[in-house]
Amino acid sequence: MTMSLPVLSGQLLVGLINGSFYAILSLGLSIIFGLLGIVNLTQGAFYMVGAFFAWMLLQWLGVGYWGALILAPLGVAAIGVILELLLIRRIYRLDHSYGLLLTFGLLLIIQGSFVYIFGTAGQPYPIPDELRGGYNLGFMFLPKYRVWVVLVALGLCFATWYSIERTWLGRTLRAATEKPSLTRAFGINVPRLVTVGFGLGVGLSGLAGVLAAPIYAVSPLMGADIIIVVFAVVVIGGMGSILGSIVSGVSLGLLEGLTKVVYPQASSSVIFVMMILVLLIKPTGLFGWEK
Amino acid sequence: MDGRTKLALAVLGIIVILIAPHLFYQLFLIKVICFALFACAFKLAMGTAGLLSFGHAAFFGGAAYVAAHAAKVWGFPFELAVLAGAAAAALLGLAFGVISIRRHGIYFAMITLALAQLVYFVALQAPFTHSEDGIQGVPRGNLLGLVDLTGTNAMYYTAAGIFLIGYLIVARIIHSPFGKILDAIREDPARALSLGYDIDRFRLLAFVLSAALSGLAGATKTIAFQFASLTDVHWATSGDVILMALLGGIGTTFGPVVGAVVIVSLDEFLADSGLPIQPIIGTIFVLCILLFRNGVVGTLERWLGPSAPKQAETLVT
Repeated sequence: MTMSLPVLSGQLLVGLINGSFYAILSLGLSIIFGLLGIVNLTQGAFYMVGAFFAWMLLQWLGVGYWGALILAPLGVAAIGVILELLLIRRIYRLDHSYGLLLTFGLLLIIQGSFVYIFGTAGQPYPIPDELRGGYNLGFMFLPKYRVWVVLVALGLCFATWYSIERTWLGRTLRAATEKPSLTRAFGINVPRLVTVGFGLGVGLSGLAGVLAAPIYAVSPLMGADIIIVVFAVVVIGGMGSILGSIVSGVSLGLLEGLTKVVYPQASSSVIFVMMILVLLIKPTGLFGWEK
Repeated sequence: MDGRTKLALAVLGIIVILIAPHLFYQLFLIKVICFALFACAFKLAMGTAGLLSFGHAAFFGGAAYVAAHAAKVWGFPFELAVLAGAAAAALLGLAFGVISIRRHGIYFAMITLALAQLVYFVALQAPFTHSEDGIQGVPRGNLLGLVDLTGTNAMYYTAAGIFLIGYLIVARIIHSPFGKILDAIREDPARALSLGYDIDRFRLLAFVLSAALSGLAGATKTIAFQFASLTDVHWATSGDVILMALLGGIGTTFGPVVGAVVIVSLDEFLADSGLPIQPIIGTIFVLCILLFRNGVVGTLERWLGPSAPKQAETLVT
């Protein structure tokens, strides 16, 4: 076993990066779940679409990374809003399980279309010039782009947490979740708020996709692989808990990285094993409670 | 439905099973039959016990691997290999159930999905499953040492026999007192609990039975097709079986069979056409949930029967 410092710190960095993506995706999942009561299986697909939008903007329109960082999430959010208005809205009064099934169907449509058009092979996406290179820390090489991703992810997590817990929008969103009819009585347009929340949630995924594009290959299957892990992360953190999403996302990413050093064979399954342990000890998740 | 109609339908079913191999390619029919049994087994979990499992591929594919390994490496005869697969699926179902049965609805769905992914990773990495290659060249062997199954005809009738047994078990469970208790638990868990039923135990038993029958389907398919692969344990297979049961009618006994026939045929047809399969399946899924929640058979029953329920709003009719 090679337990040297460079290997360990290298894998922990990879873990931190993966964990950042888990955190952003499960954050979006939590917002949408809290607001709409549905588990959005398309969250991973929108992450993939975000990465593809960035790639298309570059290939077809010549718009670079910084433009994509703004345009791609907006495009993803727009698609999300359209889907919410046309389809997802129709099933709110039904059993929540239908939401899961409906978004599963949408996932097949979105992902299948991209596979049909682009094939399953990955497309490379260049790191922007400003973020090339890295810092030599003596014991390891720290690429600038990865530092950037971790900083942006942490910033996003904090901003989301802050806006949900501390601002007018967040207060209204939470009120609309708890008591929709009472919130309406105060003159707030709850259906529109729900649409905005859904757009916000999937837009976050789109942004994560752009951030991920230069690190992983842009591939139609990138979302499917990550979403099931994110489900496990959300179950561990506690469904609907913003803080739980962030903390468990990052720490499980780190755990995964650590496992890659100690026992590589288990690295893809360690999160699921953690999920089983947490469920046996605290079925509602670490930060969750039963409604 | 009165006894005479039932008898007529049963006779019709047997005739269809006997005539079909003269009209269609037998291996295709075996695939239909195995998925039909799988969908019926899934119906038992979701339609009857109200457990939306997103991880049934683990039972189907897990049993496929165990049966293939037992037949090829351990030299088990056909019937023992299939039973070994079903038993392994039952054990897996017990493990899944013990971990997840206390959580309901979407939580249950997410947890079973994650657990099935764990099984997928095991299938990808364990030495005996041979990763991407799968287990190939599985011998079909003899049925009870009497009937040689190398001929596709013999294999078809054997698979049809297994399907009939499985289907009768499912139908029997649904209409038994146990099935009625499951109905009660699904429709009103709190009341069932107050009547003294240990609801988690009933749910667990239903889930294990469903897993075992899914395993029976997976094991039969793997031996008939002589290979076990990662496709069988992939989450897309869990999705397929949900769609089959929903499309046919999750609240009916026969619906899942119809759903399986439609989806497997569609799959076969699309595979040759070069059209995108996944988006089309996804579109059917979406339409089914938005417009057609009772499924084909459920809708038919609604038209024919006087007292059938309206369009489902909870997951089950």
